[in-house]
Amino acid sequence: MNSPNAWLQFALYLGALLLITKPLGLYLVQVLDVHGRTFLDPIVRPVERLTYRVCGIDPAKEQSWIGYTLALLMFSAVGLLFTYFILRFQDHLPLNPQNFPGLSPSLAFNTAASFTTNTNWQSYTGESTMSYFSQMVALTIHNFTSAACGIAIAAALVRGIARQTAQTIGNFWTDTVRVTYYLLVPVCLVFALFLVSQGIIQNFKPYTVAKTLEPYTTQVTKTDDKGQPVLAADGKTPVMVDQKVDTQTIVQGPVASQIAIKMLGTNGGGYVNANAAHPFENPTPLSNFLQILSIFAIPSALTYYLGRMVKNQRHGWAVWGAMFAMFVAGALVCWKAEVSGNPIHQKLGVAAADGNMEGKEVRFGIFNSALFATITTDASCGAVNAMHDSFTPIGGLVPLFNMETGEVIFGGVGAGLYGMLIFVVLAVFIAGLMVGRTPEYLGKKIEAYDVKLVMLVLMVLAATILGGTAWAAVSTWGQAGLNNAGPHGFSEILYAYSSAVGNNGSAFAGLTATPADGDWHYNTTLGFAMLIGRFLMIVPILALAGNLASKKLVPASAGTFRTEGVTFVVLLIGTVLLVGALTFLPALAIGPIVEHYLMHAGTLF
Amino acid sequence: MKTFLTEIRTSLLLTLVFAVLLCGAYPLVVWAGAQALFPAQANGSLVVDKDGTVCGSALLAQSFTSDKYFQPRPSAAGTGYDATSSGGTNLGPTSQKLADSIKTAVAAYRTVNGLASDAAVPADAVTSSGSGLDPHISLANAQLQAARVATARGLPRASIFALIASHTDGRSLGALGEPGVNVLLLNRTLDDASKSSAR
Repeated sequence: MNSPNAWLQFALYLGALLLITKPLGLYLVQVLDVHGRTFLDPIVRPVERLTYRVCGIDPAKEQSWIGYTLALLMFSAVGLLFTYFILRFQDHLPLNPQNFPGLSPSLAFNTAASFTTNTNWQSYTGESTMSYFSQMVALTIHNFTSAACGIAIAAALVRGIARQTAQTIGNFWTDTVRVTYYLLVPVCLVFALFLVSQGIIQNFKPYTVAKTLEPYTTQVTKTDDKGQPVLAADGKTPVMVDQKVDTQTIVQGPVASQIAIKMLGTNGGGYVNANAAHPFENPTPLSNFLQILSIFAIPSALTYYLGRMVKNQRHGWAVWGAMFAMFVAGALVCWKAEVSGNPIHQKLGVAAADGNMEGKEVRFGIFNSALFATITTDASCGAVNAMHDSFTPIGGLVPLFNMETGEVIFGGVGAGLYGMLIFVVLAVFIAGLMVGRTPEYLGKKIEAYDVKLVMLVLMVLAATILGGTAWAAVSTWGQAGLNNAGPHGFSEILYAYSSAVGNNGSAFAGLTATPADGDWHYNTTLGFAMLIGRFLMIVPILALAGNLASKKLVPASAGTFRTEGVTFVVLLIGTVLLVGALTFLPALAIGPIVEHYLMHAGTLF
Repeated sequence: MKTFLTEIRTSLLLTLVFAVLLCGAYPLVVWAGAQALFPAQANGSLVVDKDGTVCGSALLAQSFTSDKYFQPRPSAAGTGYDATSSGGTNLGPTSQKLADSIKTAVAAYRTVNGLASDAAVPADAVTSSGSGLDPHISLANAQLQAARVATARGLPRASIFALIASHTDGRSLGALGEPGVNVLLLNRTLDDASKSSAR
């Protein structure tokens, strides 16, 4: 951490994030108001009106929380099936120059659930599984809609907080359409073109076969006419044959348009397997900088939107401050761990000053890899520019812990804010208990029903992560998928369920969820974990929004707990950390924490 | 029940409208802009010989093993440098397999570059990248390989160092990221230099 250049980069990032928060927040105020005005009105308004007419949407009609939830669930269900069937039958659809076959049912389900829920966990290797049509239609549509839905839900909750004695919390359809048309598409058009200038590809050509400079020979398993591996006399070891390699097949496709929304919408599902570590997805440090900035852009701006809507801008900044403090702390811990490197490898002769470079790219270096890992898991993005599985134990603990806090440190687009507001309500409740007064949040009494909804969300999430991990850890199918032994293997499982429930989508990618023998357990359980993590969170939150909207405002008095200032920020951080730490500390102890000590003792598995 | 059916109808219609706009129009507009403004990048930053043969992408590592070439980082993509199967080893910090492979790579690196048996080896030279296609090596790594390449090619060491410097991608905007030496482009220039000096 004695590199002044890395500190400069950190300062640049933090400064840029602060700078965009207010302008983008003000823009969101206009976008999320059906009567709002933006500079894009002359172009976009006609398309918006046409969409309403075609789909039979009445923009003037607001919905109750039940109506809002119903629309959201129907829209998500239709999207899920849409993607599932495209993936199953991509071999019968156009734009498949590599002639990839349709996906298996469990993989198609996992992927459809993954993209519908804004998780974008990749159980597949993009460049050798997905046709251009599948990438561009089946997957990209959710990159937009799952992001737009997240922002819509956050807006609905904020309206619930801001309104009094109201029966409605907005219109799901107009929220989703307006966010998509006025925010996501315009930004992505510019962003995607910029990314192309840096080296991301955007074409519809078949893969290019290049003739390499220096041909070499490698060993591959011998296969018979049916493509089955030939086994040696003992019937187990496959026979290896030499194969001369003098070509390299270069992936092509419409990548840039997908990467722009993948980052801005905190989706994270890459075009290729290596995600943002791949030079075609993240070619330069500058593309990297803008990608990580675009992850936090909307979540950060939404805190400003919150402040503006509840007419208490200091509250918005207090929420922002709590997120910011936890983000900076996480980034510093992760950076420190990675720059210190692995003593085992250093004893073998690896230069200690270089840190832990396994799974990292030279152009990003240690700092940008640690920063990206922290940001992508603070948010529910899940894109990776380095392989988290190969991080040091503490370096890998930071992303794991970030996800287990519920991804509320800026968080996913919309999801981060509504997740954090759950903790705000809990923090206010705890503060109320401490002084023996009915808790109030921005003039609304927080009552038993509200706290029950909050606790329902928190308990369902924790139970799904820990339950899924426990089941996989003691099952044959669970252990069969591991790439690492010892505590690190357990961390791989814990990471998978934390990522799925948190709708993150990053992975300790050594874990094989799609084994060659076709075992369906991982894909199916993780698929359900994602659906639980998304919808069992959203429904109680919209119920909370509806209930808060219907309450009367109580005028503030001397005894009112103030939801701004340092005391509130500290209380909020404390609540997030305590709930996260107390729930997951035992699991983290037998995963990354014990591995940290074993690494320093030189133990190998 | 009536709302239920209406919402399903709206969901279906909006999904179709979005599919046309977001999955059809949007990527096509980006495609048109990209092909018009940045055709080289949009098609893979391909490195093309004078006779039109594509010999790789400036952004993707290839395998190089002989002494006369700079060697890229180890690769876990497929059987190595397989651009259709990007990925890392995903081996963790306490993995025996990873420690073994680093041990072998460190010994090989010292031997082939004539380093002392206790010399520290640049981390990027013995670890696999996240993509398995990292086109760069660190400056320190390139400089340690320079003597070997100079000897194998019979070129003066100073000219090799000059080529390393001219093939180093610096930090973006002078501040972001880390500098790296593009191995494929450097090796191609070396081949050209050897050809012209042989003439």
